[in-house]
Amino acid sequence: MLNNFVMPDLYPAAPELFLATMACVILLVDLFAGSRRRWLAGTLTQLALIGCAAITFLNYGEAASLTFSNMFIDDPVSDLLKLLVYVSVFGVLIYGRDYLAERDLDKGEYYLLVLFATLGMMVMISAYNLLTLYLGLEMLSLSLYALVAIDRDSPRATEAAMKYFVLGALASGLLLYGMSMIYGATGTLEVGLIAQALQDGIANRTILVFGLVFLVAGIAFKLGVVPFHMWIPDVYHGAPTAVTLFIATAPKLAAFAMALRLLVSGLFALADEWQTMLMLMAVLSIGVGNLAAIAQTNIKRMLAYSGISHMGFMLLALMSGVAGRDVDPMALVNAYSSAMYYSIAYVLMSLGAFGVVLLLSRAGYEAENLEDFKGLNKRSPWFAAMMMITMLSMAGIPFFVGFFAKFSVLLAAVAAEHLTVVVIAVIFSLIGAYYYLRVVKLMYFDPPADSAPIRASMDMRVLLSANGLAIALLGLFPNALMMLCTVAVLRSL
Amino acid sequence: MIALHHYLVLSALLFAIGVVGIFLNRKNLIVLMMAIELMLLAVNMNFVAFSHYLNDLAGQLFVFFILTVAAAEAGIGLAILVVLFRNLSTIDVDKLDSLKG
Repeated sequence: MLNNFVMPDLYPAAPELFLATMACVILLVDLFAGSRRRWLAGTLTQLALIGCAAITFLNYGEAASLTFSNMFIDDPVSDLLKLLVYVSVFGVLIYGRDYLAERDLDKGEYYLLVLFATLGMMVMISAYNLLTLYLGLEMLSLSLYALVAIDRDSPRATEAAMKYFVLGALASGLLLYGMSMIYGATGTLEVGLIAQALQDGIANRTILVFGLVFLVAGIAFKLGVVPFHMWIPDVYHGAPTAVTLFIATAPKLAAFAMALRLLVSGLFALADEWQTMLMLMAVLSIGVGNLAAIAQTNIKRMLAYSGISHMGFMLLALMSGVAGRDVDPMALVNAYSSAMYYSIAYVLMSLGAFGVVLLLSRAGYEAENLEDFKGLNKRSPWFAAMMMITMLSMAGIPFFVGFFAKFSVLLAAVAAEHLTVVVIAVIFSLIGAYYYLRVVKLMYFDPPADSAPIRASMDMRVLLSANGLAIALLGLFPNALMMLCTVAVLRSL
Repeated sequence: MIALHHYLVLSALLFAIGVVGIFLNRKNLIVLMMAIELMLLAVNMNFVAFSHYLNDLAGQLFVFFILTVAAAEAGIGLAILVVLFRNLSTIDVDKLDSLKG
Protein backbone atom coordinates (compact mmCIF):
# COMPACT_ATOMS: atom_id res chain seq x y z
CA MET A 1 0.00 0.00 0.00
CA LEU A 2 2.71 2.40 1.04
CA ASN A 3 4.62 1.65 -2.13
CA ASN A 4 1.95 3.53 -4.06
CA PHE A 5 3.06 6.80 -2.53
CA VAL A 6 4.61 9.05 -5.12
CA MET A 7 6.58 12.03 -3.98
CA PRO A 8 4.76 15.09 -5.34
CA ASP A 9 6.64 17.56 -7.44
CA LEU A 10 7.43 20.33 -5.00
CA TYR A 11 8.89 22.76 -7.50
CA PRO A 12 5.63 24.50 -8.53
CA ALA A 13 4.81 25.13 -4.87
CA ALA A 14 8.30 26.36 -3.99
CA PRO A 15 7.27 29.95 -3.11
CA GLU A 16 4.56 28.73 -0.73
CA LEU A 17 6.88 26.24 0.93
CA PHE A 18 9.56 28.89 1.30
CA LEU A 19 7.11 31.37 2.83
CA ALA A 20 5.69 28.77 5.22
CA THR A 21 9.21 27.88 6.37
CA MET A 22 10.14 31.53 6.77
CA ALA A 23 6.97 32.20 8.76
CA CYS A 24 7.91 29.43 11.21
CA VAL A 25 11.49 30.73 11.43
CA ILE A 26 10.27 34.27 12.11
CA LEU A 27 7.90 32.92 14.76
CA LEU A 28 10.84 31.40 16.61
CA VAL A 29 13.21 34.30 16.03
CA ASP A 30 10.66 36.76 17.34
CA LEU A 31 10.08 34.59 20.39
CA PHE A 32 13.74 34.70 21.40
CA ALA A 33 14.65 38.14 20.12
CA GLY A 34 13.00 40.10 22.93
CA SER A 35 11.51 43.54 22.70
CA ARG A 36 14.81 45.32 22.00
CA ARG A 37 15.36 43.50 18.75
CA ARG A 38 11.83 43.90 17.54
CA TRP A 39 12.95 45.18 14.14
CA LEU A 40 14.24 41.69 13.38
CA ALA A 41 10.76 40.30 12.63
CA GLY A 42 9.95 43.13 10.24
CA THR A 43 13.24 42.87 8.38
CA LEU A 44 13.01 39.10 8.08
CA THR A 45 9.44 39.40 6.80
CA GLN A 46 10.58 41.72 4.06
CA LEU A 47 13.45 39.41 3.20
CA ALA A 48 11.02 36.51 3.03
CA LEU A 49 8.87 38.41 0.56
CA ILE A 50 11.90 39.26 -1.57
CA GLY A 51 12.91 35.59 -1.52
CA CYS A 52 9.41 34.54 -2.59
CA ALA A 53 9.49 37.06 -5.39
CA ALA A 54 12.82 35.68 -6.61
CA ILE A 55 11.54 32.10 -6.55
CA THR A 56 8.29 33.00 -8.31
CA PHE A 57 10.17 35.02 -10.87
CA LEU A 58 12.49 32.11 -11.66
CA ASN A 59 9.44 29.84 -11.79
CA TYR A 60 7.57 32.16 -14.13
CA GLY A 61 6.47 29.47 -16.50
CA GLU A 62 5.34 29.19 -20.06
CA ALA A 63 2.51 26.81 -19.28
CA ALA A 64 0.55 25.45 -16.34
CA SER A 65 2.03 22.73 -14.16
CA LEU A 66 -0.03 20.78 -11.67
CA THR A 67 1.17 19.08 -8.52
CA PHE A 68 -0.08 17.46 -5.29
CA SER A 69 -2.57 15.21 -7.15
CA ASN A 70 -3.83 18.15 -9.21
CA MET A 71 -4.72 20.15 -6.13
CA PHE A 72 -2.26 22.90 -6.86
CA ILE A 73 -1.58 24.73 -10.09
CA ASP A 74 1.25 26.99 -11.10
CA ASP A 75 0.39 28.91 -14.27
CA PRO A 76 1.38 32.34 -15.64
CA VAL A 77 -1.72 34.03 -14.20
CA SER A 78 -0.96 32.74 -10.72
CA ASP A 79 2.72 33.70 -11.03
CA LEU A 80 1.88 37.23 -12.13
CA LEU A 81 -0.75 37.68 -9.41
CA LYS A 82 1.61 36.32 -6.77
CA LEU A 83 4.36 38.72 -7.81
CA LEU A 84 1.91 41.60 -7.46
CA VAL A 85 0.79 40.29 -4.08
CA TYR A 86 4.41 40.38 -2.88
CA VAL A 87 4.86 43.90 -4.18
CA SER A 88 1.71 45.16 -2.49
CA VAL A 89 2.43 43.39 0.81
CA PHE A 90 5.94 44.83 0.72
CA GLY A 91 4.43 48.27 0.23
CA VAL A 92 1.94 47.68 3.04
CA LEU A 93 4.75 46.77 5.44
CA ILE A 94 6.77 49.89 4.63
CA TYR A 95 3.81 52.30 4.62
CA GLY A 96 2.45 50.92 7.88
CA ARG A 97 5.70 50.64 9.84
CA ASP A 98 5.83 54.11 11.39
CA TYR A 99 2.09 54.17 12.01
CA LEU A 100 2.25 50.89 13.88
CA ALA A 101 5.42 51.80 15.77
CA GLU A 102 3.83 55.01 17.05
CA ARG A 103 0.88 53.00 18.37
CA ASP A 104 3.07 50.21 19.76
CA LEU A 105 1.46 47.66 17.44
CA ASP A 106 4.52 46.64 15.43
CA LYS A 107 5.03 43.43 17.33
CA GLY A 108 5.94 40.08 15.87
CA GLU A 109 2.28 39.07 15.75
CA TYR A 110 1.55 41.70 13.17
CA TYR A 111 4.28 40.54 10.82
CA LEU A 112 3.38 36.89 11.28
CA LEU A 113 -0.29 37.46 10.64
CA VAL A 114 0.58 39.40 7.50
CA LEU A 115 2.84 36.56 6.38
CA PHE A 116 0.23 33.89 7.03
CA ALA A 117 -2.40 35.96 5.25
CA THR A 118 0.01 36.27 2.32
CA LEU A 119 0.52 32.51 2.33
CA GLY A 120 -3.26 32.07 2.33
CA MET A 121 -3.54 34.36 -0.66
CA MET A 122 -0.84 32.46 -2.52
CA VAL A 123 -2.59 29.14 -1.88
CA MET A 124 -5.87 30.69 -3.02
CA ILE A 125 -4.29 31.99 -6.21
CA SER A 126 -2.77 28.60 -7.00
CA ALA A 127 -5.67 26.40 -5.87
CA TYR A 128 -6.95 23.90 -8.40
CA ASN A 129 -9.26 22.03 -6.09
CA LEU A 130 -12.19 23.27 -4.03
CA LEU A 131 -10.46 22.01 -0.89
CA THR A 132 -7.21 23.92 -1.43
CA LEU A 133 -9.21 26.98 -2.39
CA TYR A 134 -11.20 26.80 0.84
CA LEU A 135 -8.11 26.28 2.95
CA GLY A 136 -6.30 29.21 1.35
CA LEU A 137 -9.33 31.41 1.79
CA GLU A 138 -9.70 30.54 5.45
CA MET A 139 -6.01 31.04 6.09
CA LEU A 140 -6.35 34.53 4.65
CA SER A 141 -9.61 35.34 6.41
CA LEU A 142 -8.65 34.09 9.87
CA SER A 143 -5.42 36.09 9.75
CA LEU A 144 -7.33 39.19 8.64
CA TYR A 145 -9.88 38.92 11.48
CA ALA A 146 -7.04 38.83 13.97
CA LEU A 147 -5.21 41.69 12.23
CA VAL A 148 -8.26 43.96 12.43
CA ALA A 149 -8.44 43.33 16.18
CA ILE A 150 -4.70 43.79 16.69
CA ASP A 151 -5.27 47.11 18.44
CA ARG A 152 -7.11 45.35 21.20
CA ASP A 153 -7.75 48.39 23.40
CA SER A 154 -9.67 50.20 20.70
CA PRO A 155 -13.45 49.63 20.94
CA ARG A 156 -13.81 50.66 17.30
CA ALA A 157 -11.29 48.15 16.00
CA THR A 158 -12.71 45.26 18.00
CA GLU A 159 -16.22 46.09 16.85
CA ALA A 160 -15.01 46.11 13.26
CA ALA A 161 -13.25 42.80 13.83
CA MET A 162 -16.44 41.25 15.22
CA LYS A 163 -18.49 42.43 12.28
CA TYR A 164 -15.85 41.23 9.86
CA PHE A 165 -15.69 37.88 11.58
CA VAL A 166 -19.45 37.26 11.56
CA LEU A 167 -19.97 38.31 7.96
CA GLY A 168 -16.80 36.57 6.81
CA ALA A 169 -17.90 33.34 8.48
CA LEU A 170 -21.31 33.69 6.84
CA ALA A 171 -19.58 34.14 3.48
CA SER A 172 -17.44 31.06 4.02
CA GLY A 173 -20.59 29.14 4.94
CA LEU A 174 -22.33 30.22 1.74
CA LEU A 175 -19.28 29.38 -0.34
CA LEU A 176 -18.97 25.95 1.26
CA TYR A 177 -22.64 25.21 0.75
CA GLY A 178 -22.21 26.06 -2.92
CA MET A 179 -19.11 23.87 -3.10
CA SER A 180 -20.96 20.94 -1.56
CA MET A 181 -23.72 21.26 -4.16
CA ILE A 182 -21.21 21.41 -7.01
CA TYR A 183 -19.46 18.40 -5.56
CA GLY A 184 -22.74 16.55 -5.36
CA ALA A 185 -23.65 17.35 -8.94
CA THR A 186 -20.29 16.61 -10.52
CA GLY A 187 -18.81 14.07 -8.11
CA THR A 188 -15.44 15.77 -8.00
CA LEU A 189 -13.65 18.59 -6.25
CA GLU A 190 -11.05 19.28 -8.91
CA VAL A 191 -11.65 22.40 -10.97
CA GLY A 192 -10.61 20.79 -14.25
CA LEU A 193 -12.76 17.70 -13.70
CA ILE A 194 -15.75 19.87 -12.75
CA ALA A 195 -15.44 21.62 -16.10
CA GLN A 196 -15.13 18.22 -17.78
CA ALA A 197 -18.23 16.87 -16.03
CA LEU A 198 -20.21 19.94 -17.07
CA GLN A 199 -19.10 19.56 -20.65
CA ASP A 200 -20.14 15.90 -20.74
CA GLY A 201 -23.53 16.97 -19.45
CA ILE A 202 -23.71 14.25 -16.82
CA ALA A 203 -24.28 16.69 -13.98
CA ASN A 204 -27.71 17.59 -12.63
CA ARG A 205 -28.25 21.15 -13.79
CA THR A 206 -30.74 22.16 -11.08
CA ILE A 207 -28.35 21.25 -8.29
CA LEU A 208 -25.51 22.93 -10.16
CA VAL A 209 -27.31 26.23 -10.57
CA PHE A 210 -28.47 26.07 -6.96
CA GLY A 211 -24.87 25.59 -5.88
CA LEU A 212 -23.67 28.29 -8.24
CA VAL A 213 -25.90 30.90 -6.57
CA PHE A 214 -24.26 30.22 -3.21
CA LEU A 215 -20.82 30.10 -4.74
CA VAL A 216 -21.27 33.48 -6.41
CA ALA A 217 -22.63 34.92 -3.16
CA GLY A 218 -19.52 33.71 -1.35
CA ILE A 219 -17.20 35.19 -3.96
CA ALA A 220 -19.15 38.46 -3.92
CA PHE A 221 -18.73 38.68 -0.15
CA LYS A 222 -14.98 38.28 -0.43
CA LEU A 223 -14.73 40.81 -3.25
CA GLY A 224 -17.06 43.16 -1.38
CA VAL A 225 -19.64 43.95 -4.04
CA VAL A 226 -23.25 44.98 -3.54
CA PRO A 227 -25.42 43.38 -2.08
CA PHE A 228 -22.71 41.70 0.01
CA HIS A 229 -20.72 44.83 0.79
CA MET A 230 -21.99 45.71 4.29
CA TRP A 231 -18.76 44.79 6.02
CA ILE A 232 -16.43 46.85 3.81
CA PRO A 233 -17.06 50.40 5.10
CA ASP A 234 -17.20 49.36 8.75
CA VAL A 235 -14.07 47.25 8.59
CA TYR A 236 -12.11 49.85 6.61
CA HIS A 237 -13.19 52.53 9.06
CA GLY A 238 -12.67 50.60 12.28
CA ALA A 239 -9.40 48.82 11.57
CA PRO A 240 -6.05 50.55 12.20
CA THR A 241 -5.19 52.32 8.94
CA ALA A 242 -2.16 50.12 8.29
CA VAL A 243 -4.42 47.06 8.44
CA THR A 244 -7.06 48.75 6.30
CA LEU A 245 -4.34 49.31 3.71
CA PHE A 246 -3.57 45.60 3.78
CA ILE A 247 -7.22 44.50 3.49
CA ALA A 248 -7.85 46.95 0.66
CA THR A 249 -5.01 45.77 -1.55
CA ALA A 250 -3.60 42.26 -1.91
CA PRO A 251 -6.73 40.23 -0.92
CA LYS A 252 -8.55 41.76 -3.89
CA LEU A 253 -6.05 40.07 -6.20
CA ALA A 254 -6.62 36.76 -4.44
CA ALA A 255 -10.40 37.16 -4.64
CA PHE A 256 -10.06 37.91 -8.33
CA ALA A 257 -8.02 34.74 -8.78
CA MET A 258 -10.67 32.79 -6.89
CA ALA A 259 -13.44 34.15 -9.11
CA LEU A 260 -11.42 33.38 -12.24
CA ARG A 261 -10.60 29.86 -11.13
CA LEU A 262 -14.09 28.92 -9.98
CA LEU A 263 -16.26 30.64 -12.54
CA VAL A 264 -14.11 30.62 -15.66
CA SER A 265 -11.92 27.53 -15.28
CA GLY A 266 -14.51 25.48 -13.42
CA LEU A 267 -18.04 26.53 -14.22
CA PHE A 268 -17.64 28.02 -17.65
CA ALA A 269 -20.48 25.86 -18.98
CA LEU A 270 -22.81 27.78 -16.66
CA ALA A 271 -21.57 31.15 -17.96
CA ASP A 272 -25.08 32.23 -18.96
CA GLU A 273 -26.25 31.96 -15.38
CA TRP A 274 -23.31 33.51 -13.61
CA GLN A 275 -22.91 36.33 -16.09
CA THR A 276 -26.40 37.55 -15.31
CA MET A 277 -25.65 37.47 -11.58
CA LEU A 278 -22.34 39.27 -12.05
CA MET A 279 -23.97 41.88 -14.25
CA LEU A 280 -26.57 42.67 -11.61
CA MET A 281 -23.93 42.89 -8.91
CA ALA A 282 -21.62 44.99 -11.08
CA VAL A 283 -24.30 47.57 -11.87
CA LEU A 284 -25.47 47.75 -8.26
CA SER A 285 -21.89 48.07 -6.96
CA ILE A 286 -20.95 50.83 -9.36
CA GLY A 287 -24.16 52.68 -8.50
CA VAL A 288 -24.28 52.23 -4.73
CA GLY A 289 -20.51 52.57 -4.30
CA ASN A 290 -20.27 55.88 -6.13
CA LEU A 291 -23.40 57.41 -4.62
CA ALA A 292 -22.64 56.39 -1.03
CA ALA A 293 -19.04 57.63 -1.31
CA ILE A 294 -20.29 61.17 -1.95
CA ALA A 295 -21.97 61.27 1.46
CA GLN A 296 -18.85 60.32 3.40
CA THR A 297 -16.76 62.69 5.51
CA ASN A 298 -14.30 60.03 6.57
CA ILE A 299 -11.71 59.29 3.91
CA LYS A 300 -11.36 55.63 4.90
CA ARG A 301 -15.11 55.13 4.44
CA MET A 302 -14.98 57.09 1.20
CA LEU A 303 -12.22 54.87 -0.15
CA ALA A 304 -14.19 51.83 1.03
CA TYR A 305 -17.19 52.82 -1.05
CA SER A 306 -14.94 53.73 -3.93
CA GLY A 307 -13.42 50.25 -3.63
CA ILE A 308 -16.90 48.75 -3.91
CA SER A 309 -17.49 50.60 -7.15
CA HIS A 310 -14.06 49.57 -8.47
CA MET A 311 -14.80 45.92 -7.75
CA GLY A 312 -18.06 46.43 -9.63
CA PHE A 313 -16.03 47.53 -12.64
CA MET A 314 -13.84 44.46 -12.29
CA LEU A 315 -16.95 42.24 -12.34
CA LEU A 316 -18.11 44.08 -15.43
CA ALA A 317 -15.06 42.75 -17.27
CA LEU A 318 -15.40 39.30 -15.77
CA MET A 319 -18.93 38.98 -17.10
CA SER A 320 -17.98 40.16 -20.60
CA GLY A 321 -16.23 36.97 -21.62
CA VAL A 322 -18.96 35.57 -23.82
CA ALA A 323 -20.76 37.63 -26.44
CA GLY A 324 -24.04 36.08 -27.47
CA ARG A 325 -23.83 32.42 -28.35
CA ASP A 326 -20.59 32.13 -30.27
CA VAL A 327 -17.50 32.09 -28.10
CA ASP A 328 -14.67 34.09 -29.61
CA PRO A 329 -11.46 33.02 -27.83
CA MET A 330 -9.79 36.41 -28.31
CA ALA A 331 -12.75 38.30 -26.82
CA LEU A 332 -12.57 35.90 -23.90
CA VAL A 333 -8.91 36.62 -23.31
CA ASN A 334 -9.52 40.35 -23.67
CA ALA A 335 -12.30 40.33 -21.09
CA TYR A 336 -10.37 38.35 -18.48
CA SER A 337 -7.11 40.17 -19.01
CA SER A 338 -8.86 43.53 -18.65
CA ALA A 339 -10.45 42.27 -15.41
CA MET A 340 -6.97 41.36 -14.23
CA TYR A 341 -5.56 44.68 -15.37
CA TYR A 342 -8.32 46.45 -13.49
CA SER A 343 -7.62 44.62 -10.24
CA ILE A 344 -3.92 45.37 -10.54
CA ALA A 345 -4.57 49.04 -11.27
CA TYR A 346 -6.98 49.22 -8.32
CA VAL A 347 -4.44 47.70 -5.97
CA LEU A 348 -1.82 50.25 -7.08
CA MET A 349 -4.20 53.18 -6.60
CA SER A 350 -5.47 51.89 -3.29
CA LEU A 351 -1.90 51.54 -2.04
CA GLY A 352 -1.18 55.13 -3.02
CA ALA A 353 -4.33 56.59 -1.48
CA PHE A 354 -4.05 54.79 1.87
CA GLY A 355 -0.31 55.44 1.81
CA VAL A 356 -0.95 59.19 1.88
CA VAL A 357 -3.51 58.74 4.69
CA LEU A 358 -0.82 56.91 6.66
CA LEU A 359 1.73 59.58 5.80
CA LEU A 360 -0.46 62.30 7.35
CA SER A 361 -1.18 60.31 10.51
CA ARG A 362 1.17 60.56 13.46
CA ALA A 363 1.31 59.52 17.10
CA GLY A 364 -2.08 60.14 18.71
CA TYR A 365 -3.55 61.59 15.56
CA GLU A 366 -5.44 59.87 12.77
CA ALA A 367 -5.71 61.79 9.51
CA GLU A 368 -8.90 60.07 8.51
CA ASN A 369 -11.32 62.89 7.87
CA LEU A 370 -11.53 64.72 4.61
CA GLU A 371 -10.78 68.01 6.42
CA ASP A 372 -7.36 66.66 7.35
CA PHE A 373 -6.41 66.94 3.68
CA LYS A 374 -7.10 70.66 3.58
CA GLY A 375 -4.18 72.63 2.23
CA LEU A 376 -1.91 69.64 1.83
CA ASN A 377 -0.34 71.45 -1.10
CA LYS A 378 1.05 74.12 1.27
CA ARG A 379 2.39 71.53 3.67
CA SER A 380 3.91 69.20 1.12
CA PRO A 381 3.47 69.97 -2.57
CA TRP A 382 5.11 66.71 -3.64
CA PHE A 383 2.80 64.39 -1.71
CA ALA A 384 -0.21 66.52 -2.58
CA ALA A 385 0.73 65.89 -6.21
CA MET A 386 1.02 62.15 -5.52
CA MET A 387 -2.42 62.14 -3.90
CA MET A 388 -3.82 64.13 -6.81
CA ILE A 389 -2.43 61.60 -9.30
CA THR A 390 -4.02 58.78 -7.31
CA MET A 391 -7.38 60.52 -7.04
CA LEU A 392 -7.48 61.48 -10.73
CA SER A 393 -6.51 57.96 -11.66
CA MET A 394 -9.29 56.52 -9.48
CA ALA A 395 -11.74 58.89 -11.10
CA GLY A 396 -10.66 57.52 -14.46
CA ILE A 397 -9.26 60.70 -15.94
CA PRO A 398 -6.82 60.24 -18.84
CA PHE A 399 -3.82 59.70 -18.87
CA PHE A 400 -3.49 57.74 -15.66
CA VAL A 401 -3.61 54.00 -15.18
CA GLY A 402 -7.18 54.09 -13.87
CA PHE A 403 -8.40 55.54 -17.15
CA PHE A 404 -6.96 52.72 -19.23
CA ALA A 405 -8.23 50.14 -16.76
CA LYS A 406 -11.76 51.54 -17.07
CA PHE A 407 -11.36 51.95 -20.82
CA SER A 408 -10.34 48.35 -21.44
CA VAL A 409 -13.14 47.08 -19.20
CA LEU A 410 -15.70 49.15 -21.07
CA LEU A 411 -14.28 48.01 -24.42
CA ALA A 412 -14.66 44.39 -23.36
CA ALA A 413 -18.22 45.04 -22.20
CA VAL A 414 -19.07 46.74 -25.49
CA ALA A 415 -17.60 43.81 -27.41
CA ALA A 416 -19.93 41.56 -25.41
CA GLU A 417 -22.88 43.77 -26.42
CA HIS A 418 -23.74 45.03 -22.94
CA LEU A 419 -24.31 48.59 -24.09
CA THR A 420 -26.87 49.60 -21.46
CA VAL A 421 -24.60 48.43 -18.68
CA VAL A 422 -21.71 50.38 -20.16
CA VAL A 423 -23.75 53.57 -20.30
CA ILE A 424 -24.84 53.15 -16.68
CA ALA A 425 -21.26 52.48 -15.61
CA VAL A 426 -19.97 55.58 -17.38
CA ILE A 427 -22.67 57.81 -15.88
CA PHE A 428 -21.96 56.58 -12.37
CA SER A 429 -18.23 56.93 -12.73
CA LEU A 430 -18.83 60.53 -13.84
CA ILE A 431 -20.86 61.06 -10.66
CA GLY A 432 -18.03 59.37 -8.79
CA ALA A 433 -15.50 61.85 -10.16
CA TYR A 434 -17.11 64.43 -7.85
CA TYR A 435 -15.84 62.96 -4.62
CA TYR A 436 -12.36 62.30 -5.97
CA LEU A 437 -12.10 65.86 -7.22
CA ARG A 438 -13.37 67.11 -3.86
CA VAL A 439 -10.21 65.71 -2.27
CA VAL A 440 -8.09 67.50 -4.89
CA LYS A 441 -9.98 70.73 -4.24
CA LEU A 442 -9.45 70.42 -0.47
CA MET A 443 -5.73 69.86 -0.97
CA TYR A 444 -5.12 72.72 -3.38
CA PHE A 445 -7.66 75.45 -2.68
CA ASP A 446 -8.39 75.32 1.04
CA PRO A 447 -6.18 76.74 3.78
CA PRO A 448 -4.45 74.11 5.89
CA ALA A 449 -6.23 73.25 9.14
CA ASP A 450 -3.23 71.49 10.59
CA SER A 451 0.28 72.86 10.31
CA ALA A 452 2.30 70.06 11.84
CA PRO A 453 5.25 69.12 9.63
CA ILE A 454 4.97 65.86 7.74
CA ARG A 455 7.50 63.38 8.98
CA ALA A 456 8.13 60.08 7.32
CA SER A 457 11.02 57.72 6.95
CA MET A 458 13.08 57.82 3.79
CA ASP A 459 11.95 54.46 2.40
CA MET A 460 8.31 55.41 2.81
CA ARG A 461 8.88 58.68 0.94
CA VAL A 462 10.69 56.89 -1.86
CA LEU A 463 8.11 54.13 -2.12
CA LEU A 464 5.15 56.47 -2.02
CA SER A 465 6.71 58.61 -4.74
CA ALA A 466 7.43 55.52 -6.81
CA ASN A 467 3.83 54.43 -6.31
CA GLY A 468 2.44 57.75 -7.52
CA LEU A 469 4.82 57.86 -10.45
CA ALA A 470 3.97 54.27 -11.36
CA ILE A 471 0.30 55.25 -11.58
CA ALA A 472 1.23 58.10 -13.90
CA LEU A 473 3.75 56.13 -15.99
CA LEU A 474 1.54 53.07 -16.42
CA GLY A 475 -1.04 55.52 -17.66
CA LEU A 476 1.35 56.90 -20.25
CA PHE A 477 2.52 53.44 -21.30
CA PRO A 478 -0.46 51.21 -20.61
CA ASN A 479 0.51 48.52 -23.09
CA ALA A 480 3.33 46.96 -21.10
CA LEU A 481 1.17 45.80 -18.20
CA MET A 482 -1.74 45.00 -20.48
CA MET A 483 0.49 42.77 -22.60
CA LEU A 484 1.70 41.01 -19.47
CA CYS A 485 -1.90 40.32 -18.41
CA THR A 486 -3.00 39.22 -21.88
CA VAL A 487 -0.10 36.83 -22.34
CA ALA A 488 -0.60 35.38 -18.87
CA VAL A 489 -4.33 34.83 -19.42
CA LEU A 490 -3.72 33.45 -22.91
CA ARG A 491 -1.25 30.88 -21.62
CA SER A 492 -3.34 29.91 -18.63
CA LEU A 493 -6.84 29.46 -19.98
CA MET B 1 -34.86 3.50 2.95
CA ILE B 2 -33.46 6.96 3.41
CA ALA B 3 -32.72 8.54 0.05
CA LEU B 4 -30.21 11.26 -0.78
CA HIS B 5 -32.82 13.96 -1.00
CA HIS B 6 -33.86 13.41 2.62
CA TYR B 7 -30.37 14.34 3.71
CA LEU B 8 -30.29 17.29 1.36
CA VAL B 9 -33.58 18.67 2.67
CA LEU B 10 -32.46 18.23 6.26
CA SER B 11 -29.15 19.97 5.66
CA ALA B 12 -30.87 22.75 3.70
CA LEU B 13 -33.17 23.28 6.68
CA LEU B 14 -30.27 23.35 9.12
CA PHE B 15 -28.40 25.76 6.86
CA ALA B 16 -31.45 28.01 6.59
CA ILE B 17 -31.85 28.01 10.37
CA GLY B 18 -28.21 29.04 10.64
CA VAL B 19 -28.52 31.90 8.15
CA VAL B 20 -31.79 33.12 9.66
CA GLY B 21 -30.21 32.87 13.09
CA ILE B 22 -27.44 35.24 12.02
CA PHE B 23 -29.82 37.83 10.63
CA LEU B 24 -32.67 37.65 13.16
CA ASN B 25 -30.61 37.32 16.28
CA ARG B 26 -30.45 40.73 17.97
CA LYS B 27 -29.45 39.65 21.44
CA ASN B 28 -26.30 37.73 21.90
CA LEU B 29 -23.07 37.20 19.99
CA ILE B 30 -22.64 33.69 21.40
CA VAL B 31 -25.93 32.64 19.81
CA LEU B 32 -24.64 34.14 16.60
CA MET B 33 -21.56 31.95 16.73
CA MET B 34 -23.76 28.93 17.30
CA ALA B 35 -25.70 29.85 14.17
CA ILE B 36 -22.43 30.02 12.20
CA GLU B 37 -21.45 26.61 13.53
CA LEU B 38 -24.83 25.22 12.54
CA MET B 39 -24.32 26.45 8.98
CA LEU B 40 -20.99 24.69 8.72
CA LEU B 41 -22.42 21.48 10.15
CA ALA B 42 -25.22 21.57 7.60
CA VAL B 43 -22.56 21.80 4.89
CA ASN B 44 -20.78 18.84 6.46
CA MET B 45 -23.92 16.74 6.33
CA ASN B 46 -24.31 17.67 2.68
CA PHE B 47 -20.78 16.57 1.91
CA VAL B 48 -21.09 13.29 3.78
CA ALA B 49 -24.41 12.45 2.15
CA PHE B 50 -23.10 13.19 -1.34
CA SER B 51 -19.90 11.34 -0.61
CA HIS B 52 -21.84 8.24 0.46
CA TYR B 53 -24.17 8.21 -2.51
CA LEU B 54 -21.42 9.00 -5.01
CA ASN B 55 -19.11 6.35 -3.54
CA ASP B 56 -16.34 8.91 -3.45
CA LEU B 57 -14.23 9.58 -0.37
CA ALA B 58 -13.23 13.14 -1.24
CA GLY B 59 -16.38 14.59 0.31
CA GLN B 60 -15.73 12.97 3.68
CA LEU B 61 -12.16 14.16 3.52
CA PHE B 62 -13.38 17.69 2.95
CA VAL B 63 -15.49 17.39 6.13
CA PHE B 64 -12.41 16.76 8.25
CA PHE B 65 -10.90 19.97 6.97
CA ILE B 66 -14.10 21.93 7.52
CA LEU B 67 -14.30 20.67 11.10
CA THR B 68 -10.71 21.67 11.77
CA VAL B 69 -11.09 25.10 10.21
CA ALA B 70 -14.38 25.61 12.07
CA ALA B 71 -12.55 24.95 15.34
CA ALA B 72 -9.89 27.51 14.45
CA GLU B 73 -12.59 29.94 13.40
CA ALA B 74 -14.43 29.52 16.69
CA GLY B 75 -11.12 30.13 18.46
CA ILE B 76 -10.55 33.43 16.67
CA GLY B 77 -14.19 34.42 17.08
CA LEU B 78 -14.20 33.80 20.82
CA ALA B 79 -10.90 35.67 21.18
CA ILE B 80 -12.41 38.67 19.43
CA LEU B 81 -15.49 38.30 21.65
CA VAL B 82 -13.36 38.45 24.79
CA VAL B 83 -11.54 41.56 23.57
CA LEU B 84 -14.86 43.11 22.63
CA PHE B 85 -16.30 42.41 26.05
CA ARG B 86 -13.29 44.02 27.71
CA ASN B 87 -13.81 47.16 25.66
CA LEU B 88 -17.59 47.49 25.65
CA SER B 89 -18.62 45.39 28.69
CA THR B 90 -21.40 43.87 26.61
CA ILE B 91 -21.87 41.21 23.96
CA ASP B 92 -25.20 42.53 22.75
CA VAL B 93 -25.47 42.61 18.97
CA ASP B 94 -27.46 45.84 19.15
CA LYS B 95 -24.65 47.65 20.93
CA LEU B 96 -22.29 47.19 17.97
CA ASP B 97 -23.34 50.40 16.31
CA SER B 98 -20.51 52.91 16.71
CA LEU B 99 -19.43 52.44 13.08
CA LYS B 100 -22.00 53.96 10.76
CA GLY B 101 -22.26 55.95 7.59
